[in-house]
Amino acid sequence: MIEIKNIEKHFGDNHVLKNVSFTFEQGKTNLIIGESGSGKTTLIKILVGLHKNTQGTVLFNGEDVNKMNSKEMRKFRQEIGMLFQGGALYDYMTVEENIMFPLTMFTDKTEDEMLERVNFCLNRVNLEGKNSLMPSELSGGMKKRVAIARAIVMQPKYLFCDEPNSGLDPKTAIVIDDLIQEITQEYNITTIVNTHDMNSVIQIGDNIAFIHKGEMWWKGSKEDLIKSDNKELTNFVFASKLFKKLKKLS
Amino acid sequence: MLKLLKHFGLYFIMMKKVISIPEKWNAFRKQLVLELVKVGLNSIGIVLFISFFVGGVVSIQTALNLQSPILPKYLIGLASRDSLILEFSPTMISLILAGKVGSSIASEIGSMRVSEQIDALEIMGVNSASFLILPKIVASLLFFPFLVILSMGIGMIGAWVGGLSVNITTADFLYGLKYEFISFYVTYAIIKTIFFAFIVSSISSYFGYHAKGGAIAVGKSSTEAVVYSSIIILVFNFILTKLILT
Repeated sequence: MIEIKNIEKHFGDNHVLKNVSFTFEQGKTNLIIGESGSGKTTLIKILVGLHKNTQGTVLFNGEDVNKMNSKEMRKFRQEIGMLFQGGALYDYMTVEENIMFPLTMFTDKTEDEMLERVNFCLNRVNLEGKNSLMPSELSGGMKKRVAIARAIVMQPKYLFCDEPNSGLDPKTAIVIDDLIQEITQEYNITTIVNTHDMNSVIQIGDNIAFIHKGEMWWKGSKEDLIKSDNKELTNFVFASKLFKKLKKLS
Repeated sequence: MLKLLKHFGLYFIMMKKVISIPEKWNAFRKQLVLELVKVGLNSIGIVLFISFFVGGVVSIQTALNLQSPILPKYLIGLASRDSLILEFSPTMISLILAGKVGSSIASEIGSMRVSEQIDALEIMGVNSASFLILPKIVASLLFFPFLVILSMGIGMIGAWVGGLSVNITTADFLYGLKYEFISFYVTYAIIKTIFFAFIVSSISSYFGYHAKGGAIAVGKSSTEAVVYSSIIILVFNFILTKLILT
């Protein structure tokens, strides 16, 4: 579980996050949604430690990350898996080397043990036998799946996904969403997904935080979201005609 | 001025992160081998090519400028030797490597920055600066002196060929090469090269590591890496020459 309390973030005079509090629950897919520039990427970067919050606390299972020294922080980060928007696979490494990389850096496993774990993760994302391919030989969806395999190879407690469906066709996007949800439930991890994709919201949103102009505007489940009358939220989520019709039908 | 101070500050903060004991020696060794190939082996061709022809041109120009019956012919060998050892091989080859290796380092690290690969390393708990930059610096420190020594040798072969083309005999040329040879000049050249290797690799890494934005930012970081490395090489060339030779 991750708890954030009264998070504030300033970039000079720009007040990006204002008093944001939320609880990301374990074993659930927690979604952060909001318009571009609303502050959701800043929030996710604060959570993974790439940005420091100006004020407030970030608690990972009750432990305040802001109070960790750099050594503790480095160790703690090994409990985090992250799926980046573009995959962020290392260009000069094969699929196998990419997934094996965290194991080579942080474990004392033998080559065979590492390979066994890599193959397990590749099977889990339905990419068995693709070990020797280079990232440039993969499609967008495959890159995301390799990135998921790399993110889970260390059996993380927390999985962060930054716009996992951007640039993917709807069918592949569903595959990625399903995979994220299955992994979350299977390993009982705390998953946080930053997304624009309303299909994802409806499909996998167990626990949703809507950020508007840097503030926590609304929170709830996907069922609550469909019923919600919050003007800004409905304007954002049901912006398309199709979703407006769906809202009326519901 | 403030911008310059900011660059200095960021450079030293980055270098503090770079100069640390590698987290995994195995991973460091692997990266180092990759960098030795990229920085060193892949530069041998261009170094040989440029050194041979510049050596040839140096000896032809020296011969044309020393056309006098009172000046001995072996001076061409001597002048070529000293120009190559003292200036061309350490400084000019380092400037050429600033263009070739420096731009490649900056664009590689810059691409990794803009495609979030460096963020991915940081999130995993890897010291990205040390993991990516330290092997490049070590590879440059190991390989630049080798390239410069190679350049001296090939440059002298080029100078000999150039000398032959303007009727300088091999005997005269070899006599000039050996005449009053001061071996400290080679030491001086290697000391300079080690400084230049550090300048090229660390400054290029700095510009790549701090690239922001997209493809344009990567291109800009690559250009800045070459420009600043070249300027600092020339400044240090002056300082080191003053300190070591005078």
